[in-house]
Amino acid sequence: MALLEIEDVSKSFRGLRAVARATFAVERHTVGALIGPNGAGKTTLFNLIAGVHRPDHGEIRFRGHAIGGLPPHRVCAAGVARTFQLVKPFAELSVLDNAVVGALHGERTVAGARARAGAVLERLGLASKASVIAAHLTLAERRRLEVARAVATRPSLLLLDEMMAGLRPTEIDELVAVLRSVQRDEGITILLTEHVMRAVMALADHIVVLHHGEVIARGAPAAIVRDPAVLDSYLGEDALEGPAS
Amino acid sequence: MTLMAGKLIGAPGQRRRRALIGGVAVIALTLPFIASSYVLSVVTLALYLAYVGQAWNVMMGFAGQLSLGHSLYVGLGAYASAGLFFHYGIGPWAGVWLAVVLCAGAGAFIGFLAFRMRVSGVQLSLLTVAFAELARIGFDHIERLGGPGGLFLRVADRSRIDLLGFRGPPAMYYYAILALVAGALGLCSFLLHRRAGYYWRAIREDEVAAASLGIDVFRWKMRAVVLSSAMTAVAGVFFAFYYNSLFPEQIFSFGRSIEIVLGPVIGGVGTLVGPIVGAGAVVLLGDGTTEILNRLGFDVPGAKQVVHGLLLLLVTIYMPNGLWPPLARALGFGPRKV
Repeated sequence: MALLEIEDVSKSFRGLRAVARATFAVERHTVGALIGPNGAGKTTLFNLIAGVHRPDHGEIRFRGHAIGGLPPHRVCAAGVARTFQLVKPFAELSVLDNAVVGALHGERTVAGARARAGAVLERLGLASKASVIAAHLTLAERRRLEVARAVATRPSLLLLDEMMAGLRPTEIDELVAVLRSVQRDEGITILLTEHVMRAVMALADHIVVLHHGEVIARGAPAAIVRDPAVLDSYLGEDALEGPAS
Repeated sequence: MTLMAGKLIGAPGQRRRRALIGGVAVIALTLPFIASSYVLSVVTLALYLAYVGQAWNVMMGFAGQLSLGHSLYVGLGAYASAGLFFHYGIGPWAGVWLAVVLCAGAGAFIGFLAFRMRVSGVQLSLLTVAFAELARIGFDHIERLGGPGGLFLRVADRSRIDLLGFRGPPAMYYYAILALVAGALGLCSFLLHRRAGYYWRAIREDEVAAASLGIDVFRWKMRAVVLSSAMTAVAGVFFAFYYNSLFPEQIFSFGRSIEIVLGPVIGGVGTLVGPIVGAGAVVLLGDGTTEILNRLGFDVPGAKQVVHGLLLLLVTIYMPNGLWPPLARALGFGPRKV
């Protein structure tokens, strides 16, 4: 049984079909990537999994249990954590306190949560920024903080929504390395959406391509970048370079 | 080496902090013996505002939910306990429980309505104003509680201390409100460093992000509102037995709600000491100006409000986080908003 199973899921907004009969699965301890042009329904699909929206049709199963339609905090309790495309740090709290809020999920005491938060910050290379107010971080650091906060909740599945957007190539490579090590060491499964193909190719074990809300291709990265339908609808000729942002 | 250096640098700061806290405590505890009755009454008023400001701060400063109708809880608490005493001779120690339950219930009702319907921001504030106004007009029609003509308690025998009936000299009320302020400060400090404090502040900063980290946003907002209104109820009981006269037109008024907000806003929203410092500044400058003008032979109605307005203006422009954060830094306390 796959960790996350999306089965025939559809979602419309005022008649506009954002996700249409999407079906795919994410296996335990792998990194899945959801790619596709803007408006393909990637973020909507994320929001369906994370409980922000309720699917009109179909089923979302996590560890075999239906989670479609649960509110976000219950989805988190089930073991799914996420980051946001537009970062949402707790701006006036310190970096450490941001992570503590995440760590309190699953830790009984504040002391335990602070210890856990400290360890997670260390792992994400934010330990030296622990006492900095989150509002003062750079974009790349805020992205890391989002990951730290999410990882601190001890999720089985981590949803990363366009982590790389707006980052410089060196920052992207650093974040890729960090995510790789976090995924390995914490035993987390990752599902990410990404436009930066450089990051997708470096991280993903499995790619799902969305177009107009429909899954048009699934498979290993090497196969996906040669898939004529994908090249036609999204990637184009210079697939591996990807759009700049 | 660095550890030792840190200790050497840290020690005088900590000593100074302790000395400061000790000094404030000594002055606070001996004030009735050294101050005139006028000064004592002004400080009592400041402490009363510090306490309600602290209660309001739980809802706004910690959880980020702006209430502009907290006079509702003061009024309900005051009328509940005063009504029991007036009609049935039931003293405030029993009445305070009715007041707390009533206000917590009212807070829960308003909170439930607002948070279930996803009312937030300005709409939430207006809703709280609406309920306070509703009470103001409603209590005008409750004849048993005096209606618009007011409810009056028998003025206390100032020479005798009756702890059970909560009647006595001004010093007794002063110590009571001082204990409430200290208790509220202790409670808020305790909560702020527990799960509640972290969750409330997370909700204040970003509800969507908070929910994604497993926080039941509705439940924690409800807890903030209920605690805040229950704390404010106790202030209402104090108000009733200290001032002995209640008028719906005054106690539920929008102006009173603003007065509650003024202290924490000037002192520092979301800080622990801000509401106390702010209330002190508001009363000191407001009543101080009125008093000085009176002594000089001027009778300027509204002078207090003008001073409050100016104070608010200056703080908003020059110290947007309130008086306390920069003051705390200067005194060597924690530099950050907790």
